[in-house]
Amino acid sequence: MKAQGKENKEKAIENNIEGKESKATSLYSPFSNLSTRKRSGRIWQLVFLSATSVGILALMALLFNILDSTFGYVAYEAKVAPTSLSVDGVVLEDQTKTQLVALLQNTLSRGAFNKLNNEKSFESRSRAEVSALVIERIVKYQVVDSWPLWESLTRSAEIKATVAAEYPLAELKFVSWLTAGTISHPQSSEVVTAGIRTAILGSLWTILITILFAFPLGVGAAIYLEEYAVGNWLSRLIQTNINNLAGVPSIIYGILGLAIFVRALEKLTSGAVFGLVDPTTANGRTVLSAGLTLGLLVLPIIIINAQEAIRAVPQSLRKAGYGLGATKWQVIWSHVLPNALPGILTGTILAVSRAIGETAPLVVIGASTAISFDPSSPFSKFTTLPIQIYQWTARPQDEWRHLAAAAIVVLLALLLSLNASAILLRNRFARKN
Amino acid sequence: MSTDSAPENNVVLETRNLDIFYGDFLAVTGVNIKIPRHKITAIIGPSGCGKTTLLRAFNRMNELVPGTYIRGEVVFDGQNLYEKTVDPVEVRFRIGMVFQKANPFPKSIYENVAWGARIHGYKGDMDELVESSLRQAALWDEVKDILKQSGLSLSGGQQQRLCIARAIAVQPEVILMDEPASALDPIATLRIEELMQELKKDYTIVIVTHNMQQAARVSDRTAMMMLVNGGVRSGTVIEYDDTNVIFTRPKDRRTEDYVTGRFG
Repeated sequence: MKAQGKENKEKAIENNIEGKESKATSLYSPFSNLSTRKRSGRIWQLVFLSATSVGILALMALLFNILDSTFGYVAYEAKVAPTSLSVDGVVLEDQTKTQLVALLQNTLSRGAFNKLNNEKSFESRSRAEVSALVIERIVKYQVVDSWPLWESLTRSAEIKATVAAEYPLAELKFVSWLTAGTISHPQSSEVVTAGIRTAILGSLWTILITILFAFPLGVGAAIYLEEYAVGNWLSRLIQTNINNLAGVPSIIYGILGLAIFVRALEKLTSGAVFGLVDPTTANGRTVLSAGLTLGLLVLPIIIINAQEAIRAVPQSLRKAGYGLGATKWQVIWSHVLPNALPGILTGTILAVSRAIGETAPLVVIGASTAISFDPSSPFSKFTTLPIQIYQWTARPQDEWRHLAAAAIVVLLALLLSLNASAILLRNRFARKN
Repeated sequence: MSTDSAPENNVVLETRNLDIFYGDFLAVTGVNIKIPRHKITAIIGPSGCGKTTLLRAFNRMNELVPGTYIRGEVVFDGQNLYEKTVDPVEVRFRIGMVFQKANPFPKSIYENVAWGARIHGYKGDMDELVESSLRQAALWDEVKDILKQSGLSLSGGQQQRLCIARAIAVQPEVILMDEPASALDPIATLRIEELMQELKKDYTIVIVTHNMQQAARVSDRTAMMMLVNGGVRSGTVIEYDDTNVIFTRPKDRRTEDYVTGRFG
C-alpha cells in the first residue's frame, strides 16, 4: 500500500516535469498566426462594407431615377395657337376678364359654357381662373414629346434641333413636373392639367381610419397578451398566429377586406346604416373599407411591436407599484404604458408607413383609379397615391410617367413628414419620463 | 425549533407551519416565527436559503411569480393573510416593501412619493404628506429644492431613501426590506441603518440581509435560516431569538458557525 503510494507520487512528479517541458515548447504558438487572424477580420469587414455600399447605391439609383423623371424638357403644341386669339392686336395674356369670358362663350358649345357657369358663375371667377379655363378649354396645350432630366442636361442642343425639325409649331420648355398645380389639381384625363389632390386626400383619409382602427385595437391586444393572458397553450397558439399573420402577403388581406368590409358589411361601409343614400358609393368600396382593410393588415405588426415595448418595461417597476398596494390596472396605466409608449409609437410608425405604401389590397377591394372629386367622408369613393402612381406608370405615354415620378416625390415627402411628426411625438413622450 | 419570548399582544406578524412552493419545489418549509411590533427583525442566512422568499410571503409578493403558493398561515393582526377573502392589494397596502435594488419610478421625486398615496385615494394635503414622508426618510433637506426632478437623477443611496419615503407615504404598519443596502457604499449604508432606527418608532421592520454586522447593529430580533436536508433541500428558520443571543450565545451549532464566519 505504502509502496504503491510512493510510486504514484513519483509518477506525479514525472508528469509534472513532463508538463513543464511541454509548456516550454508550448502547444500554442503565440502571435505566429495573429496576422492571419487579423487578415480574415479585414476580409469580413470588407464584405460587410460592400453589403452596405450595395444598399446605398440602390437607394441612390432610386432617387436618381425618380428625380430624372421629375424634371426635363417638354415640347408643347397648342391646338389653337394663342397668337390666333388676339383681339384688336391685344394678345391673350393682356386681355381683360370680360374679353376672355366672351371668347369662351363664342368658342365653346352652349352646353359646355353653361355647365362651367353652373359650377361656378363667371362673375365670381377671378381673371386668373378664367384665363386658366381659356388655356384648358380653347388653347389646349398638348405634350408632344418629353425628355428626362439627364438627357435634357446633356443633349440639350440635340433636343432643340429635333423639336425644331419634327414639331415646328411646338414650344420647348424646361419644366418641373412637380408643381403647385400637380399637387392641387384633381385627377384629369389631360396630362397638362392632371394632379394628385384626390389621391393625397384619399391616402390621408385612409391612413386616418387605419390609425384610429388599428392603434387602440393593437395596443389593447398587446396589453392583454402581455399582462393578463396566462401562458397556456391557447395563448401560445394566438401568439404564433399573430406572428404568422404579420408575414401574410398583403393581397390576401385585400381579399379578406373585400369579403368582410365591402361585401358582408356593405351596409356599414357604404354608410347606408347611417341613412346615407348615395348611388355612387353605395357599393361599399369606400375609404372606410380601405382604412379597415389596411388596419387589419398592420394590426399584427402593431401588436408585436407593442408587446415588445411592454415586455421591455423593467419588472422592478411593476414590483415597485405592486409593493405599494396598487392594483394591476393602476400599475399598467401609471407605469407600464407610459414607459412602453415610445416603443409602441415607434412600432406604430413602422406599421403606418407600410400601410401608406400599400397598393395591392386596395386594388382588390376596388379603389377607383380615375375619380376627379375629393373624398369628403369615410363613405366616399377614393383613390390613393400608390394606386394613382401605379395607374399612371402603366400608361404607354412618357409624359404620364413623368407625372407619376412627381407623385412619387410627393408620396415620399408625405411618408417622411408623417414619420418625422411621429418621431417628434415619440421623443416628447420619452423626455417626459 | 424556533423559540420566541415576545409577548403575545405585541406580535404583528406570525407564521404558522409555513411552507412556500415554487410549482413542485418546496423552497421554504416549516417556518414558525412571531414578528414583534415596533422592532426590527433581521432574517439572515446563506444565499439561496429562502430569506427573500419568506420575506415576500409576508405581503403576498410571491404571487407575482406564476406557480407560487403556500401551505400554512401568515397571521397579521389576527387575520390570516392567505384567507380567500383577503385581497393581496389590501395586504400590500398595509405591509410595504423596499427592494434590494433601488427602483424609483421614472417620474419626479414628488410624484414618486405622492403616487402611492394618490392611488389609495388619499384626501389630505399631498404637499404635506410628501414633505413629512421625505423628512421621515431623512431625504427632505437634500431634495426639497428639486422635487420636480426625476427620481432617477438622485444617487444610489438617495434613490433607496426615496423608495423608503415612497413606502412610508402610504402609511403601512410593516415595512419589509430586502437587502436595502446591499448595493450601497458604507456611508449610504450607515444612513439607511440610522434611518431604520428612527423608523422603528412608528413602523415594524423586517429586513433581509447578507451583512452579519448589519444584522447585529440594527436588529432587535434575528431569524437564522438555512437549507436543511430532507429529500429536496428546503430553507427553514433554524433559530430565532433576540439578536444579541444569536450573535453571542446561539443555541444551534450551525448558527454559531455561520455568525462567526466558519460556515461552509
